[in-house]
Amino acid sequence: MSDVTEIIEKQIKKYGKKRETLMPVLQSIVEKKHYLTEDSMLEVAKNLEISAAEVYGTASFYSFLDIKERGEFVIRICKSITCDMKGKNEIIKALENKLKIKFGETTPDKKFSLLLTNCIGWCDKSPAMLINDEVYTELTPQKAVKIIQDYYKK
Amino acid sequence: MAKSLKKIDIIFIPDSECPYKVLENSIKKNKEDIIQNLIDSGLRGRGGAGFPTGLKWKFGAKAKGDEKYIICNADEGEPGTFKDRKILSEVPRKVFSGMGICAYVTGATKGFVYLRREYKYMVPALEKEIKIFNKKAIELGLNFNIEIFLGSGAYVCGEETALIESMEGKRGEPRNKPPFPIQNGYLGKPTIVNNVETFVSSMMVCKMGAQKYSKLGTQDQHGSKLFSISGDTPKPGVYELELGLNVADFVEEFGDGDTKAVQVGGVAGFCIPRKKFAEQIIGQGPTTGGATMLFNSSRSMYHVLQNYLEFFVEESCGQCTPCRVGTQQLLKGIEAVKNGNKAPAYLDELVKLSETMKISSKCGLGQSVANSFASIVENFREEMIY
Repeated sequence: MSDVTEIIEKQIKKYGKKRETLMPVLQSIVEKKHYLTEDSMLEVAKNLEISAAEVYGTASFYSFLDIKERGEFVIRICKSITCDMKGKNEIIKALENKLKIKFGETTPDKKFSLLLTNCIGWCDKSPAMLINDEVYTELTPQKAVKIIQDYYKK
Repeated sequence: MAKSLKKIDIIFIPDSECPYKVLENSIKKNKEDIIQNLIDSGLRGRGGAGFPTGLKWKFGAKAKGDEKYIICNADEGEPGTFKDRKILSEVPRKVFSGMGICAYVTGATKGFVYLRREYKYMVPALEKEIKIFNKKAIELGLNFNIEIFLGSGAYVCGEETALIESMEGKRGEPRNKPPFPIQNGYLGKPTIVNNVETFVSSMMVCKMGAQKYSKLGTQDQHGSKLFSISGDTPKPGVYELELGLNVADFVEEFGDGDTKAVQVGGVAGFCIPRKKFAEQIIGQGPTTGGATMLFNSSRSMYHVLQNYLEFFVEESCGQCTPCRVGTQQLLKGIEAVKNGNKAPAYLDELVKLSETMKISSKCGLGQSVANSFASIVENFREEMIY
């Protein structure tokens, strides 16, 4: 718990102990711990002096504030219309095969989570995906698998 | 090049002309003159809703408050839109310059760029540029600085009051309007929210003058607009086009020779079938955020609509019933008709439901579902059934 407290305190120091600090705090925990546990949300509530229900309410609203267990690298394949037309299903299949999980799941070694997401703003270079903050565009199944292989080395 | 389609180069002309010069010149001018110039230009918000920018700034200047905020809405989440990504990557100084002029005119002292989470990769480059701007503002004696606020992934936060809620650390649920953010925005203070492109266009209006700018476009919508073009096109990308272009000319320029439908304004916009290409003018009637997707005859419009509805179901904030339940019922409804569990006439009931959503939903998300829903169901009815 202590390292979560440290993250929270750092953000509070930067932005102040106020409700507007909630989002940066949650983002910062997700960045370092990959997702928000119930304990970490309680810790945030205590430190910001707001109710745990409000912290959970905010966290559960946003798709990048994960409240389910996630791996070190979160893959988000765009499923919106242009990426769909340009073959997102083949990308999903290729990565499901490569990682041996279904979308929505996390690998047993907690290295990867495979998710689908709504438009990420790369329709001109679709199909596209995000891995954490990095953008990968004009994917083919081969290219996507190669990208994952490179992540295994990280 | 087709007749009504005119490519223009205002927004992306190289940054080297030093947009902070425009800022410097502007803050020596009379504030009322800048606002009047903007009103005369006819510029309307470029995010999609199309509110007159000059008027918004005028209200912002008049609003009473010990503190005022400016928010640059970079929560570009409309499927098919990616122009703001290009602006922020290539000409960020023009955006900040526009924000600076807005700050001078309205008396705001703090600015935020609300950047969608999907664009987090941009943060280091943008922060570097913001540092330069903030330094420049001090040099110019302008009491205004900018910082980035990163979103966390929610389409509805593109709606300005949902965006503000989100900045306040809450769920991104739109507020009742009025009061509008211009009176009661971020932390209850007067807040001017404009789209990324709107700030650039405002700055260009200051540079060019209203007369020259308003000559572009139609009687209804002046100036040029960025179009994010994708789908079945050999040349996807961002193009700056003069408003008032005919869809047939658009298809001739950007289509693949087999275009059967064009979606104008993203999934919240309208789907135009081939038979109506000639009569439709972009830049008359509804304003658009510029997301334009082309579909060729290999595409199932049922599948397209299903994809849109799945999007709306996921992105509805769930606060108001017409949108929360309506989006789900529309999706279930078209699936039931397709499976034969409902008679084709059920589609008419669904269109009525979408119209009810238009008048009863709280924000633009629920209100706009009917646009694509009715235009696809009515124009591609066969594909919905068989």
